[in-house]
Amino acid sequence: MNINETALAQTANLIRQDIIKMLLAAGSGHSAGPLGMADVFTALYWEILKINPKQPWWEGRDRVVLSNGHICPVWYATLAHRGYFPVSELLSLRKLGTRLHGHPHARELPGVENSGGPLGQGLSQAIGMALAAKLDAQKWRVHALLSDGEHDEGQTWEAAMFAGKNKLHNLTAWVDRNNIQIDGFTENIMPLEPFREKYEAFGWHVLEVDGHNFQEIIAAASEAQAIYEKPTVIICHTIPGKGVDFMESDFKWHGIPPDKDQAKLALKELRSLRGRITGEHE
Amino acid sequence: MSMNKSAFLAPNLFSAELPLKGARDGFGDALIEAGKKDKNVVVLTGDLADSTRVAKFGEVFPDRFFEVGVAEQNMMGLAAGLALSGKVPFIASYATFSPGRNWDQLRVSVAYSGANVKVIGAHAGLSVGPDGATHQAMEDLSMVRALPGMLVMTPCDYEQSYQMTLMAAKYQGPTYIRFGREKTPAFTTKKTPFKIGQADVYREGRDLTIMACGALVYEALKAADELSSEGIEAGVINCSSIKPLDVKTLSHAAAETGAVVTVEEHQVSGGLGGAISELLGKHLPVPIEMVGMPDHFGESGQPMELLDKWGMTSKGIIQKCKLVLARKV
Repeated sequence: MNINETALAQTANLIRQDIIKMLLAAGSGHSAGPLGMADVFTALYWEILKINPKQPWWEGRDRVVLSNGHICPVWYATLAHRGYFPVSELLSLRKLGTRLHGHPHARELPGVENSGGPLGQGLSQAIGMALAAKLDAQKWRVHALLSDGEHDEGQTWEAAMFAGKNKLHNLTAWVDRNNIQIDGFTENIMPLEPFREKYEAFGWHVLEVDGHNFQEIIAAASEAQAIYEKPTVIICHTIPGKGVDFMESDFKWHGIPPDKDQAKLALKELRSLRGRITGEHE
Repeated sequence: MSMNKSAFLAPNLFSAELPLKGARDGFGDALIEAGKKDKNVVVLTGDLADSTRVAKFGEVFPDRFFEVGVAEQNMMGLAAGLALSGKVPFIASYATFSPGRNWDQLRVSVAYSGANVKVIGAHAGLSVGPDGATHQAMEDLSMVRALPGMLVMTPCDYEQSYQMTLMAAKYQGPTYIRFGREKTPAFTTKKTPFKIGQADVYREGRDLTIMACGALVYEALKAADELSSEGIEAGVINCSSIKPLDVKTLSHAAAETGAVVTVEEHQVSGGLGGAISELLGKHLPVPIEMVGMPDHFGESGQPMELLDKWGMTSKGIIQKCKLVLARKV
């Protein structure tokens, strides 16, 4: 596969730094999920999606629906770096008058296709879009981004059943399997395993990837596109808080932002690639 | 004082020969026409295709018809996604389930996004009588009316349901239409005016105005007719648009008559009675009495028995009219 992994990793790193800066400036928001999904978002927007950031609502674009709206800092930072709107706008996150609301509002910000936050609502909307594409014989695909925790919601499974029944091959669901939710580890709060088998039983093609391995992420997206009889779900095994040592895999970081000192530490770690390089600004 | 001739109501208004027809049939019949006019019209149902009268659409347009199963939350979300992709989805279920079960999806996936979804709440009010309180949607108007940007309407009979459905298909924006199960007098005609956001004066009044919605508009007309024989002239207005309300027509009638009775097959708080109280409290405070469910759940019984018990018939309306007249200064 001809991809520049170093360039992707650098982009994801910049996105992570912006997530930290945005959360610090906002003074509230979620840290772990956005950092954990930065690599998947980077792979999507730089390698997988058929999009045109200068014409965000181009009819032939692939659609991205973010179901677990609380990780929107990673969506906003990705869109800004991809050219949908100025990077300078990122620091307005959650502030009065912003387009970067605490949870996404459909169409207010270029690239934001759906409103979401209350969990479990995204997959249904993505399926509605996939149905519309099929009705109009359009080739664009729909990518639904879901969290593992929101599989506690019944609606997610209603949607999964419907997509299986209708063999929606133009739909790819990406599940952030980071094993945490607000109150603790998913398997303690409400066990999801055997997760893969559940989706298989609902008629889906199931893939599992290391959510920090660009090769695997991109290969899985290609395979999903090649499957013609079923919708595909890609279970992305990720590390919540990825890239910031003291946040990684600690569910306490699900719903809080870093304070000033923590942000400084996090940014230092990201900029120096965990001490491997020294930046001019250090 | 008399009937408003430009309302073009059926000439044999109180005759036993007036046909009985279902508002749901008006919806189902119009849906076929809407589907022919616009290929983007699609229909979803949650295992209630026949009783919500969308089955015929499914036969005529099988590719544009989706059976979602008993999954109203998913159905609302699917409709949001379809609407955000240029389709005009109608989702049909009973009002207790949709918007009852899926109000959060209506709020976030549809209303907040301004998605062009048409929610059809069938079997609303007391019309499913024997099924009992669980199935009697008496709160749907309140919950839907609270959402910013929603258009909320209820037709008074078959013909208006037909016209309303066609207009809803053309209107851009989230829409809720509710109607009951029973066949009711088909008292409007093809010439009866209907416009989104417009209240229509069916009978001119002098002493008070009855502001009614849904099938009970007919009961209001019967009440006004009887009151007239006692020398009391009650106007009757069909408030088919509950949101937005027709401020001009309603305030004008309140000013002219000085007393108002609201009539609905719904909880009095938050529905039409609530909406009109808010409106007149601000623009033209006059005494108001309300016909509807007084903060109580329903129970099993025949629809007519229940309407009678809770005062939602011409008899009950007349009582409230006399009450409000006694309060008039």
